[in-house]
Amino acid sequence: MSAGEQALAGIPGVPLALRGPAPVRVVAGFGFWLFLLSDVIIFSALFATYSVLSGATADGPSAAELFDKRHVFLETMCLLASSVTCGFGSLAIHRADAAATYFWMGITFLLGACFLTMEGREFASMVAAGAGPSHSAFLSAFFTLVGTHGLHVSLGLVWLLIMLLQLATLGFQPMVARRFFCFGLFWHALDIVWIGVFTIVYLGAK
Amino acid sequence: MDMQVKAQGEAPGVHPREQHGARSYLIGLLFAVALTLASFWASTTSFVYAPGVPVLLGTLAIAQMGVHVAFFLHISTAPDQANNFLALAFGVFVTALVVFGSMMIMSHLNHNMMPMDELMKMQR
Repeated sequence: MSAGEQALAGIPGVPLALRGPAPVRVVAGFGFWLFLLSDVIIFSALFATYSVLSGATADGPSAAELFDKRHVFLETMCLLASSVTCGFGSLAIHRADAAATYFWMGITFLLGACFLTMEGREFASMVAAGAGPSHSAFLSAFFTLVGTHGLHVSLGLVWLLIMLLQLATLGFQPMVARRFFCFGLFWHALDIVWIGVFTIVYLGAK
Repeated sequence: MDMQVKAQGEAPGVHPREQHGARSYLIGLLFAVALTLASFWASTTSFVYAPGVPVLLGTLAIAQMGVHVAFFLHISTAPDQANNFLALAFGVFVTALVVFGSMMIMSHLNHNMMPMDELMKMQR
């Protein structure tokens, strides 16, 4: 916020229309929030597809036969823990504390990578057992929904890596802090989508 | 006091009280872990009447999403968050429409469709 904006925003008598444009941080945050909500709507279409097709197993394995709940619980805990460490990381960025930022964001990266490895292993074992996406409508819908979430997590990891490089080269500039901030929103939103995935796909398996 | 509300609003995810930032994440973690454990317990238990389990799972999931939105994303109904909250409400509305609408339409279609073997007989 420039000095002029700050001065105007602080005066209660100034009409809203004369207070000037919002600071970039607010505009960028709001725009990214709208993007995240549109992303959630994409997932809602995939969730609807999955709920409709989850019974169409074409004599192949059903959801209840395929999924191991202990495995899913570990995946869930990885993602939840990474969401919290990402929050600690964003607090560290707010304090402009480089060491703490590298520490917490590094842990976030590792937990995200753990999650992806577990998911990849699950997919590989399913495909090896003949339960690949081409087997039935249920499995197509499953791989599309869970795979799209996994794709988002992988892109998030690439983004986090780039952000750590930017922190190393550019330091705590406003634009770097802003991008980290958007990354945090993205990461928390992915965790919210995962709640839907483990409830509907894994725990709701019949 | 309307006049004191900032015209620009506030970005989503901004920590409302910076000094309590870490505490907000820890409280969120506590609630989220408890709700996750409850979900996994509910999916395997015979303690709850079986047809009621999906409703219980849905309730726990929605509660946990609420915890994540409040404690991790820091979205609230505060006046400077009005834009974020309205956007969220619209997102939830569209999501519910797509998911429950599709499920309702498809189950009705399923219900009204002729059984597959009857359909095969007609094609002969």
